[in-house]
Amino acid sequence: MGVVKLELKGISKAFGTFYANQDIDLVVESGQIHCLLGENGAGKSTLMNVLYGLYEPTAGQILVDDQPVNFRGPGDAMAAGIGMVHQHFMLVPVFTVAENVALGAEPTTFGGVLSIDETRKKIREISDKYGFDVDPDALVEDLPVGVQQRVEIIKALVREAKVLILDEPTAVLTPQETDELLDIMRQLKASGTSIVFISHKLREVKAVSDVITVVRRGKVVGDAPPTASATELASMMVGRPVSLSLNKAAAQPKETTFVVENLTVRAANGTNVVDGISFDIAQGEILAVAGVQGNGQTELTEAILGIQEHVTGSVVLDGKQLLGLPVKDVLRSGVGFVPEDRTVDGLVGPFSVAENLVLDLYDQEPFASGISMKPAKVAEHAKAKIAEFDIRTPSAGSAAGTLSGGNQQKVVMARELSRPLRLFIASQPTRGVDVGSIEFLHKRIVAERDVGTPVMIVSTELDEVIELADRIAVLYKGKLVGIVPAGTPRDTLGLMMAGVGPEGGSDDQ
Amino acid sequence: MSATTTAPTPGSTALPAFRPSLKVPVSLGVLALVALVFFGFLGSDKTAEMKISDAGDAVAVPALMIPGQVGGIVFGILLLAMAAYSIYLWTQGEKSPKWLPIAFAVVFVFALLVWIVAGARQPSISLAGLVAGSVTLAVPLVFGSLSGVLCERVGVVNIAIEGQLLGGAFTAALVATMTGSPYIGLIAAAAAGAVVSMVLAVFSIKYLVNQIIVGVVLNVLVSGLTGFLYGTLMVPNKEQFNTPGRLDILPIPLLSDIPIIGPILFEQSIAGYLMYIAVAVVWFGLFKTRWGLRVRAVGEHPQAADTLGINVNATRFWNVTLGGAIAGIGGAVFTLVTIDSFTKDISGGRGFIALAALIFGRWNPIGAFLASLLFGFAYNLQSILGIIGTPVPSQFMAMLPYLVTIFAVAGLVGKSRPPAASGIPYVKG
Repeated sequence: MGVVKLELKGISKAFGTFYANQDIDLVVESGQIHCLLGENGAGKSTLMNVLYGLYEPTAGQILVDDQPVNFRGPGDAMAAGIGMVHQHFMLVPVFTVAENVALGAEPTTFGGVLSIDETRKKIREISDKYGFDVDPDALVEDLPVGVQQRVEIIKALVREAKVLILDEPTAVLTPQETDELLDIMRQLKASGTSIVFISHKLREVKAVSDVITVVRRGKVVGDAPPTASATELASMMVGRPVSLSLNKAAAQPKETTFVVENLTVRAANGTNVVDGISFDIAQGEILAVAGVQGNGQTELTEAILGIQEHVTGSVVLDGKQLLGLPVKDVLRSGVGFVPEDRTVDGLVGPFSVAENLVLDLYDQEPFASGISMKPAKVAEHAKAKIAEFDIRTPSAGSAAGTLSGGNQQKVVMARELSRPLRLFIASQPTRGVDVGSIEFLHKRIVAERDVGTPVMIVSTELDEVIELADRIAVLYKGKLVGIVPAGTPRDTLGLMMAGVGPEGGSDDQ
Repeated sequence: MSATTTAPTPGSTALPAFRPSLKVPVSLGVLALVALVFFGFLGSDKTAEMKISDAGDAVAVPALMIPGQVGGIVFGILLLAMAAYSIYLWTQGEKSPKWLPIAFAVVFVFALLVWIVAGARQPSISLAGLVAGSVTLAVPLVFGSLSGVLCERVGVVNIAIEGQLLGGAFTAALVATMTGSPYIGLIAAAAAGAVVSMVLAVFSIKYLVNQIIVGVVLNVLVSGLTGFLYGTLMVPNKEQFNTPGRLDILPIPLLSDIPIIGPILFEQSIAGYLMYIAVAVVWFGLFKTRWGLRVRAVGEHPQAADTLGINVNATRFWNVTLGGAIAGIGGAVFTLVTIDSFTKDISGGRGFIALAALIFGRWNPIGAFLASLLFGFAYNLQSILGIIGTPVPSQFMAMLPYLVTIFAVAGLVGKSRPPAASGIPYVKG
């Protein structure tokens, strides 16, 4: 098998005046797993899209085996032996696995008639060799994400990729699936394939990489060996020292004031996306809800807030039934809510930071009287919150949509925490947020717990769940697999996220 | 495990079991009652004659004689039985099978036919003529809907089918007259349809203009342009510009004498034969070839296709152009087969019916073909019933094709899924 050495020299990629990549040098030696570590928005994916021929670099050169190449499109990159598994899978959902694998390099007989049998055979060969267990005739939309990802890898291998780019491959996987993927990566490496592994998750990077290159704000910060400590790597990513562990005090749970019983949300297709869930949270306690994305977390939090339809069961806060109340009444009952996607539900992008900070209280004293708002009070409030939450914004009047992800999240968090709360719900509180801001946001959440508010955190990042939780609830396919105490081993949690109950019995399948 | 562990709570929910929609059972029930009352009890006591073979046919089959009132009652009871079965299934929490509404529709239409024919001044109708005429009227619809299939499968919504048909009809008449050959006219029609489509393609693919708006504007533009040229060029100089002559009917010996299917399949002009070939070729091409796999990928997930080295926008451009050429041939049928001259707006909204046919046919060439036949049948029924003289006012009969369209698309299509990227322009990155 031929081996390929890949070299990027002085690559820059500009979008308008903004440089997503600036003067990047990178050498991927053959037969290595080379990790590209950096925060969201550091320019890793842009760089890989340049390498894969999807973007044309503004400046710089790509060399394959020391020969300069010029990729006009992904076809050229594939011909040079480069394959890519995108963060968002590039699979046609209504096609079978074989059709997806064949697409673009279809085996045909006379007159362009497909002979999909050849592709089937190749898929079975590769599937057997690496133990992928992929059925070539299954429809892609019916497959779990982990299997879809293997289909993407097969796509690259069928095209005889010598260098495989994996863009944030573990973002959608359970911990077990992640471990399986890391094994597959080691196998591929052993059979001579080089891998460029893009991630911001330190644990995985350290587990599998031969070389780590850290990228920050479009530039290469430097290389690090996989033996570097997580704190060192995080500091390189962020550009200043960060503390990764929270060191929170043990919870002091008091009275149980929030009780959910038998909560069920029915989707339009008749299935229960939240299926008979019961739990409670005491004052001064954090319940973290873990689970792979899309297992009912969104619907669960939205049902509590009152923006889901077809909800049955009971949601009681301070002895008052919240279910069936208008959203405004739920919020006025003292519920603080951080939605999972701040750009869609959390902020009004074109509004100023100051206006976003009073979205929930704009019609009330002290920000309004009668039909008029009081801009001076709004500005004063903004000034205080910007200082308190360290929101990095040019001014209180800047549009919230122009801030970085971390600062947008601080705006949402500042707004929701500025009322006296009886319950605080935060969905994906640190998704797409830089490591430095994560530290800050986590401390705020724990501080809210310590003043005696029941706190519910929903996160698909297991690290975050473990970091924050006093108790951990795990969701799988809309059902509660179980509630376990903090300190439950990762492996147990991982199994629960795949639907296996905490006592070892399988809840599903 | 510690005290905080709670047992997993398996799904004991307060919600009732999921039930299928009542829509089908209820609408079937209502229609069956309507049929029993109107076609049966209020039906005519005359006997409807349904001729199967024409006088000159090689094989003679006796005509079907169905007494109006008795037939109506029998059909009504049959329909009620089907509705009852559907309601029974609903009470069992099951969905009605797919064949049930279709079988119901067939019996209902036949009952309607018997009722109308029996009530007519001249209670006799030629089934062979009805079916053959339906196919003839369906030909432009089939070409139009195939154009729509090709465009939507590749991710471009083609509202401009009407304009493509009309452009094809006008060009066919003009070129056939000037060259003296309807066959050259047919080829010119394909080119004209392709040109209209290219405008759609350029604006919607390259300049990302809203596809619906471009399509609507094109329809108005082609209608205005052909209307203007018709008025200034064709009306004063009919001999020079608007006497295209017809495409010859090329019957296949022997086979064309088979009752009912003979005239449909084996007694057609070249455009008629082309239609069958086009349906087969487009179906085979879309689902069995490399070209089709790429086309469908581009229409479903253009980004995926792009990452595999497929040129999304070029694929879209050429498919939309090809679709236009096919619709252009359909337009030529108006002026080279149905009648032998062009008149203003000769396509008369059939491009929109073709659009409905493609949706009703679920973006599948064969489905679109069958849907077009249904709409062709409605058109033909309207004209035949006008001739034999029914008590139903002609204005109501004229509404028939559109009523069928609305009911077919709204009621029977159900949960069909268009290509995921249809109507969405593709911008890299």
